[in-house]
Amino acid sequence: MLGRTQDRPIARDEAGAPVLMTVEDVHFQYGHGENANLALGGVSFTVESGEFVSIVGPSGCGKTTLLRSLSGLASVTSGRLTLDGRDINGVPKELALVFQDYGRSLFPWMTVQRNVLFPLIDQREIPRAEKLGRAGEALEAVGLKGFENHYPWQLSGGMQQRVAIARAIAYRPRVLLMDEPFASVDAQTRSDLEDVILDIHHRFGMTTIFVTHDIDESVYLSDRVLVLCKSPSRVIAEIDVPLPRPRDQIATKELTEFVRLRGEVARLIRSAAQVPGGGTQTASDPDHTRSS
Amino acid sequence: MTQAAITAPGGAGARTVRATASSRGRRRLLNQMLVLAAFFLAWELAARSMSVMFFPPISAIAMRAQQLWLSGPASSLFLTPAAIRDIGISLYRTLLGFSLGSVVGIAIGILIGFLPRFGAYVEPLIHFVRGIPKTALLPMFVIFLGIDDAMKIGLIIVALFSYVTINTIDGVRSVVPLQLDCCRVYGISRVRQIFSVVLPSAAPTIFASLRFGLAVALAVMVVAEMYVANSGLGYFTILSQRTFRIMDMWAGVLALGVLGNLLSIALGLIEGRVLKWHRGMQGGNV
Repeated sequence: MLGRTQDRPIARDEAGAPVLMTVEDVHFQYGHGENANLALGGVSFTVESGEFVSIVGPSGCGKTTLLRSLSGLASVTSGRLTLDGRDINGVPKELALVFQDYGRSLFPWMTVQRNVLFPLIDQREIPRAEKLGRAGEALEAVGLKGFENHYPWQLSGGMQQRVAIARAIAYRPRVLLMDEPFASVDAQTRSDLEDVILDIHHRFGMTTIFVTHDIDESVYLSDRVLVLCKSPSRVIAEIDVPLPRPRDQIATKELTEFVRLRGEVARLIRSAAQVPGGGTQTASDPDHTRSS
Repeated sequence: MTQAAITAPGGAGARTVRATASSRGRRRLLNQMLVLAAFFLAWELAARSMSVMFFPPISAIAMRAQQLWLSGPASSLFLTPAAIRDIGISLYRTLLGFSLGSVVGIAIGILIGFLPRFGAYVEPLIHFVRGIPKTALLPMFVIFLGIDDAMKIGLIIVALFSYVTINTIDGVRSVVPLQLDCCRVYGISRVRQIFSVVLPSAAPTIFASLRFGLAVALAVMVVAEMYVANSGLGYFTILSQRTFRIMDMWAGVLALGVLGNLLSIALGLIEGRVLKWHRGMQGGNV
């Protein structure tokens, strides 16, 4: 059983909950001068330790940009991001990221097992036996035991994404970021993978930030859903999801509370798509955009 | 020819069911062998009917070659001392030059691909070097490196590295950016990124240039040995021609042909092993 990687003194917010990540007034601008495009226009939120937070928003609202900034892969134009009270400059050690494009994020010349071991390759302090143990545990958690010696291209899309998830788990991050990981798999695979993610969150307890454009998915998985507006985006709503855990694809989705929450999120996204910047309609934004 | 026969089955047959592909590949290989046999048979008959001293039958050439290089004691694998002197030396020069040239070419290619600023200055120079007919540098190499192995191996390195470099640059630039992002997320060191991600990504393009580079290395080796040497197959062949030992000259050519094809097959086998994933990926459903 994996626990969280370390115990350390943790900051607490006003309510007394342990805060792991903070995002303060983050702006992100692509290009300069006339071609400048402001993707993030002052995003702020906090994430508590162990929490499962989904980020939703209309198409093109800068969800991926936000996630790349959170992961330290992209540096923000202004604003502040912290993890455990320290500023995020470059990719923090305690963080793993699962990309949407599973097919291209895996290494086709490595077997499934070597792909999963890859994040540990430079960690000399971990003995080989433990690395193998972690890889085995991670593959077991995503239901890929027995596929260690297959190559990624011998697997279906859903299984490839499982490999990418296992690779992230083997790394034992404190924070797991996922960028629309199930956007290109079929519906059945998708709900299977959602349950894999819930199981992993339960077993390993890692803080998870999950970007999706699927409203049901965001409510089904999360403790809290953040709704972004159209770019330049900001967080226009935070919705707590007090649905009981463990969740179930059928029973949870039958709950009145689930139906109410998904309606609320859907309405927020629809209004967010129509109102860029969360309130100020600009001339350069014709209003043909719709929520996905 | 033989090399194509060896590498073709995997590439051409991979899209069909595996069993069918391999049996089709085998039949194709057999057909290619038959064509080769027909060619030698035609040569044999033509030479026998003409009976010209300058154009001996292939069987006579093969027997002379066997007598020269493969009539030694069983304890030394039937190799004669002459085999070591002629074939061994040529093989040594070719392999050393080819290996060093490949490593140098790959290293420069990775530097240029990884450091765009440096690359912008150096890449045109590499293209310029590629355009030079390398055998034209032979007299200069003799002045700088003398007439021994250093000159021949040096010329082979210079002759082939530019092709390898240019293909390596292409390969490095084709690395999927997402895979490098992955490396950053997991804190993978730069050196590890090069060996675990960049090189494997670039391997298919690099191998294409190595196949060509091997042919260049062999050609340069032969020319350098013919130009100035006192050992090696190139030297043996030209000396035989000059001293009017026509059968020996042909035997030298035959040995060079066999050597070239064996090296080609060996490289093909290595490539097949290293790029197993690449063939599978193209053949499988991704």
